[in-house]
Amino acid sequence: MPQHERRMTPLTLSAYTLVTANGRGIGPVSQALRARRSGLRPCDFEDALLKTYIGRVEGLEDFSLENGLQRFDCRNNRLAWLGLQQDGFMVAVAEAKQRYGADRIAVVMGTSTSGILDTEHAYANRDPQTGVLPASYTSRYRYTHNMFSLGHFVRACLGLRGPALVISTACSSSAKVFATAARYLRAGLCDAAIVGGVDSLCLTTLYGFSALQLLSAQPCRPCDEDRDGLSLGEAAGYALLESSDKIGRKGAVALLGYGESTDGYHMSHPHPEGTGAIRAIRQSLKRGGLQPSDIEYINLHGTATRANDTVEDKAVFGIFGETTMASSTKGWTGHTLGAAGITEALIVAVCLKQGFVPGTLNCERVDGSLRSHILRANVDRPVRRALSNIFGFGGNNCSLVLGVL
Amino acid sequence: MRVSILGVGLLSAGLEGWLNGQEILRGGLPFSPTSLPDPKADLLPPNERRRSSDCVRWAVQVAQEAIVQSELDPREVATVFASSGGEMGILDTLCRALATTERIVSPTLFHQSVHNTAAGYWGIATTCQQSSTALSCYDDSCAVGLLEAVTYATLEECPVLFVAYDLPAPEPLHGARPIAAAFAAALVLTASETLPGPTMALRLLPGEEGPVTTVPDQDLERLRLDNPAARMLPLLRAVALKGRHTVIMNVLDDQRLAVVVDS
Repeated sequence: MPQHERRMTPLTLSAYTLVTANGRGIGPVSQALRARRSGLRPCDFEDALLKTYIGRVEGLEDFSLENGLQRFDCRNNRLAWLGLQQDGFMVAVAEAKQRYGADRIAVVMGTSTSGILDTEHAYANRDPQTGVLPASYTSRYRYTHNMFSLGHFVRACLGLRGPALVISTACSSSAKVFATAARYLRAGLCDAAIVGGVDSLCLTTLYGFSALQLLSAQPCRPCDEDRDGLSLGEAAGYALLESSDKIGRKGAVALLGYGESTDGYHMSHPHPEGTGAIRAIRQSLKRGGLQPSDIEYINLHGTATRANDTVEDKAVFGIFGETTMASSTKGWTGHTLGAAGITEALIVAVCLKQGFVPGTLNCERVDGSLRSHILRANVDRPVRRALSNIFGFGGNNCSLVLGVL
Repeated sequence: MRVSILGVGLLSAGLEGWLNGQEILRGGLPFSPTSLPDPKADLLPPNERRRSSDCVRWAVQVAQEAIVQSELDPREVATVFASSGGEMGILDTLCRALATTERIVSPTLFHQSVHNTAAGYWGIATTCQQSSTALSCYDDSCAVGLLEAVTYATLEECPVLFVAYDLPAPEPLHGARPIAAAFAAALVLTASETLPGPTMALRLLPGEEGPVTTVPDQDLERLRLDNPAARMLPLLRAVALKGRHTVIMNVLDDQRLAVVVDS
């Protein structure tokens, strides 16, 4: 029987932290979820003149990286740094280092655009005569824009010496980090893994999604009958993953399953029948040794584009029917692209720990053609197992099952 | 972790295809990187091919060469694509447009700017729905990609197509990341033990900082250093040479990847 049909050993999220437009740390993020307070605001990013809303993390413009980290300084790594400071995450990693050794902890990060904003700035500041980029930029490209910069930065901040990589599969990036880390752990390449993702606002994604006519002029309205596009956001999130055989305290949140697939259909449109999504969801259930009826809540990818929400609903309804509660939390955070995987996995972790399910923010009237149980209002109810869906450009899909041990 | 190598793809100036390339890596033919290849990548549907970037065509060309040798149905094969910087040419075009007052961005170029563009085009061309991962580890993207591919093939019991590629960026971006020569290579790997043909076993060596394996030919060695994807050359040479060879690859300066090739 292929491995993806065998049950995996659950992986405990022994520490985790999240920064979104809703605030710094799990506390503020969960308070915003409870209070149904969106982090979206009219676009005030740099001089971008776009009629759209964004989930901007406040304060990134007000400091720079210092103390040996100067070369990494860029918006994406500032956000990465801010994330590392919350919820005692660095202390938890230091303790794991004591347990396992710095070379036995892997760093698996996800991002879609890394520090591209620095390259955008450098292009705006080319030498008018020669067209050459500023030397202060070129000497730091490796530490800012290169796709591995985030992995390098996190590894340096945490003083780790294990394997490290950055996965960049557009929006699914920081969902797939869980799958790679799970394999690393099982293969014995490490004893613990830092998984996470950071993606920050930049002109490339703002003007790019605008060119694709996928940006809403209002705060995004996932699953609403009048939804007309997404809102972009930025976020940083991390989790420390360890085998539940080693760290398996009762009540802890754990990764129970993961599923990875592709659509093999189109670069920016989902497969009309959602066959790739269905494949990822089914695989994640099999790895968890679970039936669809074991899942009590589904955190949808739910971007609020016409196409995504319709196709995702088809896939979800086909597997779970009309009773399993499903919602999108993009109305709080915006679509954080390469950080969406970790953002939503950790929102699910909050729901599992606190026993509530967020209803879809900004969804006034559920699109009548959607057949899944789209939740609009928050529900207080203990949840033991939940699914998170993430689908991205290139038709790249990843589903995660999280549960309480 | 041990895997069988079912197919190899190779493309660089002077190394056009595995048949010719392995002869050169063995030392049987001289390496003369005179003209830059223009890969056909004819597995891409004509529409997609017309729109595709150089990176996509280079990556798809080596991928299709390796898949054809493997005789596997590409729909049954997961993929791992490793590249230090991905679509540097497209990023240059986008950043130029964003530096103008109008900021008019092509929607096609935007969705082609992601790191998994080549992986996505491969999936569209083959209608494959297996897992696909695109990753980077700067200069060590090839070694780390290989580790990801072999781990996947071994643990998920599914054959994997591994593609490493990097192309020189246009100016002025080239000044930030001077990759001097284009290079792409692919391997089709399976954990199945019963197959004839070359195998390789991987071991990650933590704390190891010793020398890495180079290639004896000076020009090929320069190519290895000029392009992160070309860090695969010693491994490809070991496959070409036959017999048993250990190849040591750098991983983040404080680890090494030891690859024992039996061919």
